Amino acid sequence: MKTTRKKLVLVGNGMAGVRTLEHLLKLNPDLYDITIFGAEPHPNYNRIMLSSVLAGGANLDEIVINDLDWYRDNGITLHMGQEVSKIDRNQRRVYAEGGIEADYDELILATGSNAFILPIPGADKEGVIGFRDIKDCRAMQESSRKHKKAAVIGGGLLGLEAARGLLNLGMDVTVIHINEYLMERQLDRPASLMLQQELERQGMKFLLNKQTEAVLGQKRAKGLLFKDGSMLEADLVVMAVGIRPNVALAQRSGIAVERGIVVDDYMRTNVPGIHAVGECAQHRGIAYGLVAPLYEQGAVLAKRLAGVETGGYEGSVTSTKLKVSGVDVFSGGVFVEPEGARALRYQDEIEGVYKKLVVLNDKLIGAVLFGETGEGASLFAMIKSGENIAGREKELLLGLPADALSSGGGGGASARLEAMPEGEIVCGCNGVSKGDIVSAIEGGCTSLGQIKGCTKASASCGGCKPLVEGLLQIYAGDDVVTVKEGICGCTSLSRDEIVAEIKRMGLKTVKEAMNVLEWNNPEGCSKCRPSLNYYLGMLFPAEYKDEKESRFANERYHANIQKDGTYSVIPRIYGGVTSPSELKKIAEVAEKFDVPLVKFTGGQRLDLLGVKKEDLPGVWEALDMPSGHGYGKALRTVKTCVGSTFCRFGTQDAMGMGVRLEKAFERMNAPAKVKLAVSGCPRNCAEATVKDFGVVAIDGGWELHVGGNAGVHVRATELLGVVKTDDEVEEWASAFLQYYRENATWNERTAPWVERVGLEHIKAVLDNEQERKALHARLRDTLDRTVDPWKQIVSEPELRKNFERLPAAAAVSAPEERRSADQEEESA
Amino acid sequence: MNRETAKVRVGRVDDIDPRGSRRLNVNGLEIALFRLSDGDILAVENRCPHKGGVLSEGMVCGPVVHCPLHDWRIDLRSGEALDPDKGCIETFETEVSADGSIYLTLTGALLGADAS
Ligand code: SRM
Ligand SMILES: Cc1cc2nc3c(=O)[nH]c(=O)nc-3n(C[C@H](O)[C@H](O)[C@H](O)COP(=O)(O)OP(=O)(O)OC[C@H]3O[C@@H](n4cnc5c(N)ncnc54)[C@H](O)[C@@H]3O)c2cc1C
Ligand code: SF4
Ligand code: FES
Repeated sequence: MKTTRKKLVLVGNGMAGVRTLEHLLKLNPDLYDITIFGAEPHPNYNRIMLSSVLAGGANLDEIVINDLDWYRDNGITLHMGQEVSKIDRNQRRVYAEGGIEADYDELILATGSNAFILPIPGADKEGVIGFRDIKDCRAMQESSRKHKKAAVIGGGLLGLEAARGLLNLGMDVTVIHINEYLMERQLDRPASLMLQQELERQGMKFLLNKQTEAVLGQKRAKGLLFKDGSMLEADLVVMAVGIRPNVALAQRSGIAVERGIVVDDYMRTNVPGIHAVGECAQHRGIAYGLVAPLYEQGAVLAKRLAGVETGGYEGSVTSTKLKVSGVDVFSGGVFVEPEGARALRYQDEIEGVYKKLVVLNDKLIGAVLFGETGEGASLFAMIKSGENIAGREKELLLGLPADALSSGGGGGASARLEAMPEGEIVCGCNGVSKGDIVSAIEGGCTSLGQIKGCTKASASCGGCKPLVEGLLQIYAGDDVVTVKEGICGCTSLSRDEIVAEIKRMGLKTVKEAMNVLEWNNPEGCSKCRPSLNYYLGMLFPAEYKDEKESRFANERYHANIQKDGTYSVIPRIYGGVTSPSELKKIAEVAEKFDVPLVKFTGGQRLDLLGVKKEDLPGVWEALDMPSGHGYGKALRTVKTCVGSTFCRFGTQDAMGMGVRLEKAFERMNAPAKVKLAVSGCPRNCAEATVKDFGVVAIDGGWELHVGGNAGVHVRATELLGVVKTDDEVEEWASAFLQYYRENATWNERTAPWVERVGLEHIKAVLDNEQERKALHARLRDTLDRTVDPWKQIVSEPELRKNFERLPAAAAVSAPEERRSADQEEESA
Repeated sequence: MNRETAKVRVGRVDDIDPRGSRRLNVNGLEIALFRLSDGDILAVENRCPHKGGVLSEGMVCGPVVHCPLHDWRIDLRSGEALDPDKGCIETFETEVSADGSIYLTLTGALLGADAS
């Protein structure tokens, strides 16, 4: 059935255009049939992350914002690798070079910019590129493999980020800048000089006040010639001298163009039905080169197209942050004081900190920060809000006192965050509004990391981190997990510092560690106590005596506490394989103890739910099965499929392998829960590729997969490797798990851990046979010292007593007491 | 209201592990007895003011217990929930005799006079 929906065509499958559509789809998903043309052969990706890709901090597939499923799910027709070459404004039709055409009722031009390539002789040689897209990024990565000397022309944001990336790729990098100092469009001279010094320390070379006249070489670039006659050897030349709005198509089609495509406050061009957003558009004389403005423009255009009432776009104040590790630079608003304005400066040469605020009529209009940029985001919010700062100048210049965020009171950062409209963009890089972040918090995100994960806020340049943290404090309250790497308000030490100190000083108990490491809360809290208990047990498996008082109820009573104070009991059923007699026994125990609910868990075993605490030891005794540790930061289940034992596709004995692994690793404490699975063939019926360690049988071997998670954030595993024998499976699993035990932060599952340290690193460690065997041996040694907690409690009165109520004194009659006393007799 | 008070022996210090807790029922009211690391024995109503979590199962840090359900912190001496949470539970007087016996002071409802 052909719909009568209007046709919307987007030219330019980039950040601005697709963002506009996302917004439009949220407002009204059914209004238009949408078609997108994109010249690049990729779905929409986060262009600003190219710097991180180049510097090695991200992979190309990680920066995709809308994957192909997104287009499909939203019914969008996408033509990738199709550059639109012609617009017929009368027929309302666009034509792409590959021969595809499309009719439109509404047309959005979001063609972005092109890197500006200096029109100098030799600029067309091989080895001369801009820095704009994935293609450029790949070209740089490839060059670095064959060539050694790079020249980056342009000492602005883009040039410095390119140069940093090339340094990381092992190249010798010189930055050539026409001005006397770097980043003059964002920084004043003092900040710029500090920046230059820091970058020089990192190994970057600079040629300032240099004008490039020609690129030398035959076919490929060999060097640069400057106006003053000097030369520089270079076999890769990156031009990062600026961008030019991509207006060719618009110009050809008779749309009004100056520097960019001219638009009004509703992003309309002079031609009916044709709009422009993003870097290609020129609004009130300005063509922006950053993402924050394009989100604001996109929002206005989306509302307009959805027929939703909206004010016009009024222009943006912009801020920038240099994405180079080890250098913190922030610049926002007007940084050169105009007539009548005051500039306040603070400079600390020793710490390498420089700050400058520009104040006009008691309002903050601009700020430059170097070395310490934590306040950048709140200063920027102040610039945008235009609030009166009279009397607070010094406080702002020297940095807000740390508690100002939570102190609420008039005009504090927290008041400003509370007053901020829902729709205001907090993370400019990823277009995340305050409303998005607040709903993420309401949806259960309690740490910066989680918010980053589910909204992408602060995932790119990180400039908005303080604002996100502020919002967390306001909207997550006590749930907020502000700990950096697993540590709480009782100490300022990080996980790694603590573990190092415990090792160095041979600290042997939780109390001693808290004492020596100067905890500011003498008995710690429910976060640090379990962490310390874990680290000590991991470091000293032979000597350390586990401290049950520093474990959560679940791990202290070896069952899952329920909301009414009862517990659930999951016995271990190795590999999910049981027997009629075992099932009968479980059934009998459930009947004997009046267990309210029996359920198959998602982990292929049985759960007895609602068991009274005082009944737990009796239930365990009657079951006479090991604990399934369904409650602990420990090995949980090892799921299996039937495998070659019965299945017509099975290539290996999956059940046998699962049982073997579960027996090998049962009772293993870990930083967080650990789940394994074994599938008998790549059809993967045991879902091994969302487990912490997944094993998939193939003909003649086993694939080993790691770092999967099917919980809050689904993450598929990455392939660790392929092995041939059963023994190797156990050895690699063991080494991987022990390396995780020794290195992850308490409460960090393998998925975020693998992501944090990188699979390559883990592979490198485990590939070393000696190291692998040593890890395996350490885990074996640790596990050989453990005993089944249920058996232990059942047989030790000192432990068992904690499950019973104290008998009430005779003077006070209490019928409940008698009942529990009866039961004791019964089970004894 | 009954203004009478009575003291009853409810157990011994050794019955409770340091930084641990035991439960007992007094005329239908569930009480948690805590033994702090400094040796103090404290008795409170075994019900978190938030959603009724069983406080005896919580982690004891100094004079504070963390509720096992949602980690509210309750000061065992005052019975007050610590910031930012708001709420209060009843506390009961205890005494420890020289031989290590724990006595609980019963007043009002605890004496059972109002019950039945
Ligand atoms: C019993 C069971 C549900 C069921 O009836 O099937 C279950 C029950 C609970 N799960 Fe689960 N999970 C159960 C299988 C799973 C699975 C499926 C699996 O293991 O194959 C997952 C997704 C897989 C994974 O972990 O990657 C799962 C992901 C979670 C998560 C999210 C973890 C994450 O890293 O994102 C939590 C929350 C947490 O751990 O913080 C959680 C937490 C919980 C807790 C412990 C909540 C709590 O803290 O009280 C639930 C306890 C209920 C109770 O009182 O007994 N449960 N939980 C399953 C026990 C399996 C077993 O035999 O041991
Ligand atoms: C390395 C790098 C780092 C950056 N860092 C930051 C930063 O830290 N902060 C910040 O705010 N900004 C940063 N930017 C700038 C930011 O990426 C841009 O402002 C943003 O991508 C502009 O979005 P856009 O949609 O207007 O253009 P683009 O994202 O460039 O999208 C335009 C798309 O249209 C396509 N196209 C063009 N013509 C046609 C045609 N005729 N037919 C079909 N398709 C066409 C292009 O191929 C392109 O894919 C950075 C840019 C780069 C390159
Ligand atoms: S999904 Fe897991 S945690 Fe959530 S209610 Fe079910 S069992 Fe409980
Ligand atoms: S019931 Fe105690 S914190 Fe929720």
